[in-house]
Amino acid sequence: MAAKTKYSKKTYIDWYKMMLLARRFEEKCGHLYVQQKFGGFCHLYIGQEAILAGLMSGIEKDDKVVSAYRCHVQPMALGTDPKRIMAELYGKTTGVVKGKGGSMHMFDKEVGYFGGHGIVGGQIGLGAGIGFAEKYKGTKNVCLCFMGDGATRQGMLHEVFNMSMLWKIPTIFIVENNRYSMGTSVERTTNVHDLSKLGLSYDMPSETVDGMDPEAVTDAFKKWAKHCRAGKGPVLLNVETYRYKGHSMSDPQKYRTKDEVEKMKKEDPIEQVLSIIRKNKFMTEKQIEQVEADVKQEVAECVKFAEDSPLPNAETDLHEDVYTQEDYPFIIE
Amino acid sequence: MREIAFRQALNEAMSEEMRTDKNIYLMGEEVAEYNGAYKVSKGMLDEFGPERVIDSPISELGFAGIAVGASMNGLRPIVEFMTWNFAILAADQIINHAAKMLQMSGGQFNCPIVFRGGNGTAGQLAATHSQSFEQMYSHIPGLKVITPSNPYDAKGLLKSAIRDNDPVLFMESEKMYGDKGEVPEEEYLIPIGKANIVKEGTDCTIVTFGKILKVAQAAAEEMEKEGHSIEVIDLRTIRPMDVESIVNSVKKTNRLVVVEESFPFGSISTEITYNVQKHAFDYLDAPVRRVTQSDTPFPFSPTLLEEAAPNVKNVIRAIKEVMYL
Ligand SMILES: Cc1ncc(C[n+]2csc(CCOP(=O)(O)OP(=O)(O)O)c2C)c(N)n1
Ligand SMILES: [Mg+2]
Repeated sequence: MAAKTKYSKKTYIDWYKMMLLARRFEEKCGHLYVQQKFGGFCHLYIGQEAILAGLMSGIEKDDKVVSAYRCHVQPMALGTDPKRIMAELYGKTTGVVKGKGGSMHMFDKEVGYFGGHGIVGGQIGLGAGIGFAEKYKGTKNVCLCFMGDGATRQGMLHEVFNMSMLWKIPTIFIVENNRYSMGTSVERTTNVHDLSKLGLSYDMPSETVDGMDPEAVTDAFKKWAKHCRAGKGPVLLNVETYRYKGHSMSDPQKYRTKDEVEKMKKEDPIEQVLSIIRKNKFMTEKQIEQVEADVKQEVAECVKFAEDSPLPNAETDLHEDVYTQEDYPFIIE
Repeated sequence: MREIAFRQALNEAMSEEMRTDKNIYLMGEEVAEYNGAYKVSKGMLDEFGPERVIDSPISELGFAGIAVGASMNGLRPIVEFMTWNFAILAADQIINHAAKMLQMSGGQFNCPIVFRGGNGTAGQLAATHSQSFEQMYSHIPGLKVITPSNPYDAKGLLKSAIRDNDPVLFMESEKMYGDKGEVPEEEYLIPIGKANIVKEGTDCTIVTFGKILKVAQAAAEEMEKEGHSIEVIDLRTIRPMDVESIVNSVKKTNRLVVVEESFPFGSISTEITYNVQKHAFDYLDAPVRRVTQSDTPFPFSPTLLEEAAPNVKNVIRAIKEVMYL
């Protein structure tokens, strides 16, 4: 029996390809990290891929996105070449930010991705400012500002929620609520467990969204982007999702049970997409296998590209991009 | 030439630039309807309207963050902090975000913002309201730091700061806003990164900046009366620092006193002294001396305050020491 869906066959196939690419890309990152192919931190997106569907199908091309440090795959959903993300992890000049930022700081202006940011909550102010600029310039564009559940505990959120409502800034504040901030559950950070209530004292409209369901995420982004475009001001979305892996690569995960993780995996967003694809015969089994093979191939190409790319030149690149001023007189001892 | 107040010079700099570039806006506490806590933005709401001259709630971190985000997305914000003491609450956005954005985005996103406001002591306001922050922010690559000392410089430097494509911190003083000085009607700019030799001399160099320049000048005059020729350099820009002008002067006078308003540890005088020993070691006829604020939180009571801040007496004592008088 065919499963009911609002979204087209093409949308589903695109979602599947992107979400699977993201999953396999991140799995590969995990392996490479363990093999010490690159350093730094490494926060994986595995489990949260339904949000990518929203980025692909819920917003318009000129909308802007800003996020925290769990940022390898979000830009891919907007159009960034995964090769350049992998190269960035390796600190190569071909990386999205030329090896200047690494895992936590992917930026791609071309696709409207205003960064991965490593200071928890810092990007909440940026998201309001990006939206502020759109309104100032009189566009209809919106800004999607992602943050973790842990980030909601920063004072920045309250200052910016207040001003964003006051000035009707077209920013959708999206909590990627994966229930944990490193090893601290939401319940251990607040008495108010329903994070959608965080906007209440500013009269900010808010909604809780099933963040494991790509359709629900896309619906919510569409609906609230329309609200922002109509000049009605900001929104708070509490997107309930889950990360299957540890916070970063060095997390023994003592704060949760294996059962909890297994239970959440039953709602896996990629499985949900695949199930609809199968029920509606959007792809044959052979085609599904082919996607898996293509993705594997693409991830392998990303690794090859990254490994073959040059490292920055310590003499010529160290002082580059610190100031726009070309002849800035750096102190060089 | 006409004389205008320091606050008026700043007002003209902002207004002139805002007339030519629609992407510039001014935001801060009390900047619009109240005409500015120190009346710097007087009349600007009337001219530019509430979309461009914007009163913010008391949320330094928040409106600094909005400025950084807006600057990444094509605007050129001017952010007024009532004073730099309160900007500490926004330091995360200045230091971790504005200063890093261009580099961490691999050159994709620059932050053309001017953060400005009163800095340093303003009388009996006690410890939390009396600090100077040049040293804290000059430490940070990615930022530029300017401290003007008179209305003419204030206008020319602020216009350059607003046109600059990097984040610029502009440090004024509640004590200077009423100062009058000659400012031409015609447009002019003063380049960032160049010091000003306020007075030439041959026997000793004083390097200073901001409102404390007046103290240095008064001390220099006293010394002149006794027949000594003192060179006075106003840094104007703290970062990038015009080391060349300082070193050239010391090569001529062979003696240096640095006068600054901040605490002594790890201060601008430390940086200057390092550069002078590096580039002019063989020219020095005496160890470099500095006059700074006392190594204490700034006090309230007048007797304590007088001793805590650089004053003419202290500066003269330092000059005499380096001249072995
Ligand atoms: C201001 C600040 N404090 C602490 C940290 C260290 N830190 C990095 S991630 C993190 C947890 C954040 O969790 P959450 O916001 O829920 O995002 P998630 O990792 O779940 O995506 C912490 C405490 C930081 N980077 N910045
Ligand atoms: Mg979390």
